[in-house]
Amino acid sequence: MENLKRVDLIFGAYTNEKYKVLESTLKKSSEQIITEMINSGLKGRGGAGFLTGLKWKFTAQESEPTKYVVCNADEGEPGTFKDREILTKVPRKVFSGMAICGKAIGAKKGYMYLRGEYQYLLPDLMAELDVYHEHAKRFNHDFTIEIRMGSGAYICGEESALFESIEGKRGEPRNKPPYPTVSGVFSKPTVINNVETFVNAVMIMKYGAEEFKKLGTSDSRGSKVFSISGDTPKAGIHELELGMTLADFVAEFGDGDTKAVQVGGASGFCVPRKKFNETIIGFEGVPTGGSMMLFNSSRSMYNVLHNYLDFFEEESCGQCTPCRVGCQQLLKGIHAVKKGEKPSSYLNQLLQLSDTMKITAKCGLGQSVANSFSSIVENFKEEMIY
Amino acid sequence: MTETKELVKKLADKYGRARESLMPILQGVIEEERFVSSEAMTEIARELDIASAEVYGTATFYSFLDTQPRGKYVIRVCKTITCDMHGKKKVIEKIEDLLKIKLGETTQDKKFTLLTTNCLGWCHQGPVMLINSTPYPSLDENKVTEIIMDYMSK
Repeated sequence: MENLKRVDLIFGAYTNEKYKVLESTLKKSSEQIITEMINSGLKGRGGAGFLTGLKWKFTAQESEPTKYVVCNADEGEPGTFKDREILTKVPRKVFSGMAICGKAIGAKKGYMYLRGEYQYLLPDLMAELDVYHEHAKRFNHDFTIEIRMGSGAYICGEESALFESIEGKRGEPRNKPPYPTVSGVFSKPTVINNVETFVNAVMIMKYGAEEFKKLGTSDSRGSKVFSISGDTPKAGIHELELGMTLADFVAEFGDGDTKAVQVGGASGFCVPRKKFNETIIGFEGVPTGGSMMLFNSSRSMYNVLHNYLDFFEEESCGQCTPCRVGCQQLLKGIHAVKKGEKPSSYLNQLLQLSDTMKITAKCGLGQSVANSFSSIVENFKEEMIY
Repeated sequence: MTETKELVKKLADKYGRARESLMPILQGVIEEERFVSSEAMTEIARELDIASAEVYGTATFYSFLDTQPRGKYVIRVCKTITCDMHGKKKVIEKIEDLLKIKLGETTQDKKFTLLTTNCLGWCHQGPVMLINSTPYPSLDENKVTEIIMDYMSK
């Protein structure tokens, strides 16, 4: 345990008085809030890791008077369940973060896009939202929040697909640019952040950027909520400081026989045992939205990859050819090699195909299939063949 | 006025008739009727004054917006990796056995439909299933039997 630092920032105490941090933050100017956010070095907790403060600054700078704040609660990455936990335990912090962002960028309306799988959370969230609106009114903060539901589509976690879905359309990603800070939901400047990012924003406002920066490393500030699952005796939610090595992580959470860890979900990277020592969890190493899945020696990495490809093939929106056809071909391809219908050298062709998807697919889904595909095929080649 | 027509009108009154109301209306139809029939799609198109193809295109995009008739209780078992590793197959077989249907089918009395779905966000407590919108984590053969029997007696 000495090598891992536990943190209690996300789930820890907010304030005794309801929405106290929001009330005190509303006394600051928009510039003060954004400066504090930029100084904290906070990077988005959804996985992509863009600097949150800059996102807020770009949106604040837009001259268009109507702007929106969107909370991405469409947590669909396999192996991730931390947003569900956050929304269950500390929804007040999430709504506070959205309201603070509203003040910073000059928005009057926020949307939370909650995945359909989490519909059971809705009654509690609505009840808390009533409490929020009461307090916002009392603080004279003109910012309302509405919850919109998804209906079982992984791709809607992609920000522009999420906007399409809120607008009542198929969740098909848009071309970028323009980026959301210029043209987001309803084609207005929009800040879209992950659930955990908004909670971090509140904690930065509470403790200050300097305190926040004491956690983590220079490239990965703060703590991170990890969703830990697979072959581990300690499956669950763990809030840890960023910047640890995977070896330290496995020493704490492994079952003594860990052969690989999938960092960042199906769209992330598979790290084999021999690379545990050199792999750092964070933006300077392998980034993650928090999903950590451990596999021990009893698991077939072929089955793991097959499961991921099944997932991507189903969840691809079908809009662009590289992703729609690519996912199908990768799946067919590993099948053929396994059954001996294709020579093992065919895997090299499949690796080329996944590389092509990486540069030609329209959105993050199609581009990231190559991450797990190449890291599993390259590190566990014999398991793919025999 | 048919029941579906009435339902769509009621939902449109509640959520409005702008394009952005389409998802909440479709979700409302699912809540009541468990699937979006072609009648419902035509009615929604009329209420929102958009092409029925637009309604169809949107509805068929989302896996929870079923366009095939479903049972009163829709069971969706998570099939993604950690649930797969921890015994999803046995759970599905047990449900098939109890309800006497195969995956993808609906019982004759239209009470249950058995489906699989992608990651439900309970990877630390797999296998997991949803029955309508209620999650049931940490399943094994005994636990799933208990839950299904309970629903059967409802």
